[in-house]
Amino acid sequence: MTPAAVQLAASDGRALHPAASTDNPLAIQGMTVSYGEKPAVFSIDATVPPGSMAAIIGPNGAGKSTLLKAVLGVVPALSGTVAVFGAPLARARHRIAYVPQRASVDWDFPTRVIDVVLMGLYRELGLLHLVRRHHREKALACLERVGMADFAGRQIGQLSGGQQQRVFLARALAQNADLYLLDEPFAGVDAATEKAIIDVLKSLKAEKRTVVCVHHDLATVVDYFDHVLLINVRKIAEGPVATTFTAENLQATYGGRLATTHIDQLMLPVA
Amino acid sequence: MLKPFTSALLLQSGYNAALVAVGAALLGFAAGSGGAFMFLRKRALVSDAVAHATLPGVGIAFMVMVTLGADGRNLLGLLLGSALSAGIGLLAVEWITRRTRLAEDAAIGAVLSVFFGFGIVLLTIIQTMSRGKQAGLEGFLLGSTAGMVFEDALIIAVGGACTIAALVLLRRPMTLVAFDPEFAAASGVSVRTVDLAMMGLVLAVTVIGLKIVGLILIVAMLIIPSVTARFWTDRTERLLGIAGLVGGASGYAGAAISASAPDLPTGPIIVLVCFGLFIASLLLAPNRGVLASILRHRRFQVRVHRRQGLLALARGEPILDPLTLAVLRRAGLIRNDGVATEAGRAQSAKVLRDERRWEIVRQIHQNEAVSGRYDGLTPIEAVLTRDEIAEIDRRIGRPVPAEGAA
Repeated sequence: MTPAAVQLAASDGRALHPAASTDNPLAIQGMTVSYGEKPAVFSIDATVPPGSMAAIIGPNGAGKSTLLKAVLGVVPALSGTVAVFGAPLARARHRIAYVPQRASVDWDFPTRVIDVVLMGLYRELGLLHLVRRHHREKALACLERVGMADFAGRQIGQLSGGQQQRVFLARALAQNADLYLLDEPFAGVDAATEKAIIDVLKSLKAEKRTVVCVHHDLATVVDYFDHVLLINVRKIAEGPVATTFTAENLQATYGGRLATTHIDQLMLPVA
Repeated sequence: MLKPFTSALLLQSGYNAALVAVGAALLGFAAGSGGAFMFLRKRALVSDAVAHATLPGVGIAFMVMVTLGADGRNLLGLLLGSALSAGIGLLAVEWITRRTRLAEDAAIGAVLSVFFGFGIVLLTIIQTMSRGKQAGLEGFLLGSTAGMVFEDALIIAVGGACTIAALVLLRRPMTLVAFDPEFAAASGVSVRTVDLAMMGLVLAVTVIGLKIVGLILIVAMLIIPSVTARFWTDRTERLLGIAGLVGGASGYAGAAISASAPDLPTGPIIVLVCFGLFIASLLLAPNRGVLASILRHRRFQVRVHRRQGLLALARGEPILDPLTLAVLRRAGLIRNDGVATEAGRAQSAKVLRDERRWEIVRQIHQNEAVSGRYDGLTPIEAVLTRDEIAEIDRRIGRPVPAEGAA
């Protein structure tokens, strides 16, 4: 995005609440989601600082994915507001890219790798939705970034789990966004794919873009992320990894389900 | 016997018959590619509920038109009535699925049977009305082109063409929603609106097809073409095109056949033609067809023997299996006396190296769903990316010579 466009988007956004400064890629206030009467996510406030690599962490069923989907309007929120770069979601969608969980689609769908990546360019296609050469080149460049350019013509059903995840990431890259929201991008992928994905995410961070991942592997949090949001239906803590990813906060998040010795191994070496 | 059929097929048995055939072709195309979206969205049976829900509308429209003193058989009026009641049926399915704990299949069953039952009751009442006997409304059940006039055929042709145009315009949002509704919603596409548009198109096809195919069998025209097309392609846009062509060809040929013999019901003939194309595809399609998979199995057997033979060569073991010997000899990998040729030595070295790589892959991907393909029979470069292979070679611990490519 050009600086002028950034400025335009910035001047466009009204302040929704104090945390929704135009600097913050994502500001969530009072987010509550409920299927029936048992809340999956309850009254969560959170702010993601610009240019950060943020992890949403919590036990199974803590509402991590639900929070992400509610932020994007994929599932309806019972209450709560979301500000994206200070603007309401509807006016900032073009600045967000989303990577859903790999298992959320049918991989026997009759489509090729490149067609999936082209879906990331959906907004750029004109009225007749014609795919032109420059669209195709852009999609190929995104596949190249995740090491999958040789697979562009493959049917998606022929891919391994890690390769599927890379294709989803390439589709998000094609969206050319400022804020990337990823739902468990490292779940069930092989080591080479995990490395390829984290390399791409770090390059996004180097380009001053913001990355938010729902993450399940506590062992890699310190290596991969600089900001964490610990939730278990409610928010437990949020802040920089160094000060927030503490044994005490993890105990509170996982409700004593983690052994103390296990937690000690996850922490940064104490300064 | 054959002459009326060929003349109908060549549009030579009269203006109306020709128009019916063209209309049926357009309808078939619209039904085939429109139904493909329902097939891809895995909601094909919703269209069955929509089709059956047209019947009360037909009955009520007839009664209203007769009461108003108009001709009860006016096709446009009947179609409008059927569209209205099909729309109500569609919304009922949607509402039940969204607002209750019932799954969509239960909603479909309930709506389909209730609407159809109500429609049959209405038709029975109409039969007892003074002017009802000649109405011929039961033609809407199985389709009938007999007694079709020019205006009727024109309505069908224009409706089919409009539906096809709408499909072309909406193909991308509908593909996006069918493949990945969550991503679509996150990109700002209203999944519910696109779903309703998809249903709306199916509704249009159903209503237009009432006269030719009939409401009981129209679901076949919505589903069979896309299932047939799936045999031929792995790409969405081609699937839509092929499904359209299959539907169009069935509609055209079916209408021609039924026009050549007065007592043949149009709908069932069209569906049977379509079914014939389905069977042909099932058997003959190049990748997914039955014959292709038999051939593939044969080739697989050859690959297994070739790999076994090459491994045995690399390890200096004797080869006893006659098929293995024959496979290697035919590929020029061994001489007639069983000694490896130069190509044979190079390839057996490569097989041995890849075998080591596969071992590592199997360790890494123990729980991988695709591990069935990690059997050492597929070239490793076809399954893994270059950096994945590099990672494996790193694990093997020393650089592996890369000579002797297959």
